[in-house]
Amino acid sequence: MLTELRIAGFGGQGVILATHILGRAAAVHQNRFATMTQSYGPEARGGAASAALIVSDEPVLFPYVSRPDILVVMSQEAYTRFAPEVKPGGFLLVEEDLVRLDQRAQGLKIYGIPATRLAEELGKKMVLNVIMTGFLCAITGAVGPEAVRKAVQESVPARFRDLNLQAFDKGLEYGRQLLERGPLTIENSEEVPLESEV
Amino acid sequence: MHADPRTVLTGTHFINGDAACCEGALAAGARYAAGYPITPSTEIVERFAARAPEVGGLFIQMEDEIASSIVIQGMVWGGQKAFTVTSGPGFSLMMEHIGLAAMTETPVVFVDVQRGGPSTGLPTLPSQGDMMQARFGSHGDYAVIALSPNSPQECFDLTIKAFNLAEEFRVPVMFMMDECMGHMTEKVVIPPADQIEVRPRRHTTRPPGQFRPYEPGPDLVPEMAHAGEGHKIYVTGLTHDRRGYPSLNAAAQRELVTRLLEKIRRAAERLVMVETDQIEGAEVVVVSYGITSRVALRAVQEARARGIKVGTLRLICVWPFPEKLIRELARKVKALVMPELNMGQVVIELERCAAGQCKVIGVPHPGGTVHDPAEILEAIERGAQ
Repeated sequence: MLTELRIAGFGGQGVILATHILGRAAAVHQNRFATMTQSYGPEARGGAASAALIVSDEPVLFPYVSRPDILVVMSQEAYTRFAPEVKPGGFLLVEEDLVRLDQRAQGLKIYGIPATRLAEELGKKMVLNVIMTGFLCAITGAVGPEAVRKAVQESVPARFRDLNLQAFDKGLEYGRQLLERGPLTIENSEEVPLESEV
Repeated sequence: MHADPRTVLTGTHFINGDAACCEGALAAGARYAAGYPITPSTEIVERFAARAPEVGGLFIQMEDEIASSIVIQGMVWGGQKAFTVTSGPGFSLMMEHIGLAAMTETPVVFVDVQRGGPSTGLPTLPSQGDMMQARFGSHGDYAVIALSPNSPQECFDLTIKAFNLAEEFRVPVMFMMDECMGHMTEKVVIPPADQIEVRPRRHTTRPPGQFRPYEPGPDLVPEMAHAGEGHKIYVTGLTHDRRGYPSLNAAAQRELVTRLLEKIRRAAERLVMVETDQIEGAEVVVVSYGITSRVALRAVQEARARGIKVGTLRLICVWPFPEKLIRELARKVKALVMPELNMGQVVIELERCAAGQCKVIGVPHPGGTVHDPAEILEAIERGAQ
């Protein structure tokens, strides 16, 4: 099985680290094939940050992701740019306080989480990316939670280890509860106009 | 000889090709590097600058690439293993000193993380546009070895190989990565130090006075002595005799230049490094190298699903080119297909070796991304007709 995912948001939200943690979990702790790429061009400076990951049971041949199965967005700009690329029926995971949905999300399985708020409750806004990794594990099952937990431990400075593990567990728990309620879907485009038309 | 355990980061990592190349250089015994950092190769020396001092090494940021490519040769003649790292624009500036390294038989490694060219081109996007430059970029006749990795794992493994080959043949070795490879993150397994073979310098055992720095050994490669050890050594880019002294005449030129080419030519069979799959009975064989070999495999799988007998041949060592192998292969297939991230470079060599025995179909690409596998599939189908 081959899963393509993209995580995107503002620079500084830890988009690259979150993707790296998931890739490390799959490659090192699940012994699967994982290939991560990130954008390095002028578009990667300032505003939008984005990284992509392919996780597969076979060697990864084509390195780039153009039609992700899973998109995680933590900013409106990232949503606007990348939501149209998600495969029909794919997962759209959003930071629900930062992203307003529109018809671009039509046909996708949408799950929202107030990751920034949850991170602030834990005491540090910067762990929102790790909350998102837990959330992604719970909702999509793309990478195993135990593997990701180990990768989180290995990927953050020792003094922030406990905080990040709490963040991971928080995202995982929130996702598991939300999963029981099922995804939000946008079916009728008339009710949700495009952002530019609002 | 094995790698020094102090420098080997044994374990399973999730790192990019640039980081893996740096770890390979350290494992191979490089303690010194110089460079003028340039995207997309910067991460290699950024990491080296942090790691090397832990083991008594050093990275020097030079004023430009011309200086970088000569100071590493000073490091080597001072007894160290050294390398430099660059991308297209810097590689162009290094050409003069690649010739010097070939002429003085200085074992040194040049890493080129290729980006779109010509000129400043596409700093953050891939190409394989420097392949001919790697072979022929400096003036005069000389030979080099050029390796092309296709994964971060190979960026580690083959960097070690590059250093070992440089020592074995006393040639500059070109390590031809590309932006995609450098910035792609995958699993990299670094073995224990005692499982990493490291080739020591071919240091002379002769006492001072009885040593001639350019006296060829049985494999045409001379032994080496370092500055400051009591030997009289004179290292010059001028045509020199066996003592190393300038000898500016046709006879000395013939002896020296012939040997510089011949030491690699004689070893050509041993230097064939390819990975093949299903070439027996194939109608079409896709020949590729570096990142393109992975993308091509997707097209090959699709072609096989459509019933075409396709084999693959991946060049791990691009220079010297596996001439004999290609010549024999060309006799057996309908077509050789070569996709590469340039407008047709190594395919010229492929055509030369195929010598009209089969169709040779290039799949050129100006770079900036990798091929669409559909373009390669189309060429395979054309070749099978």
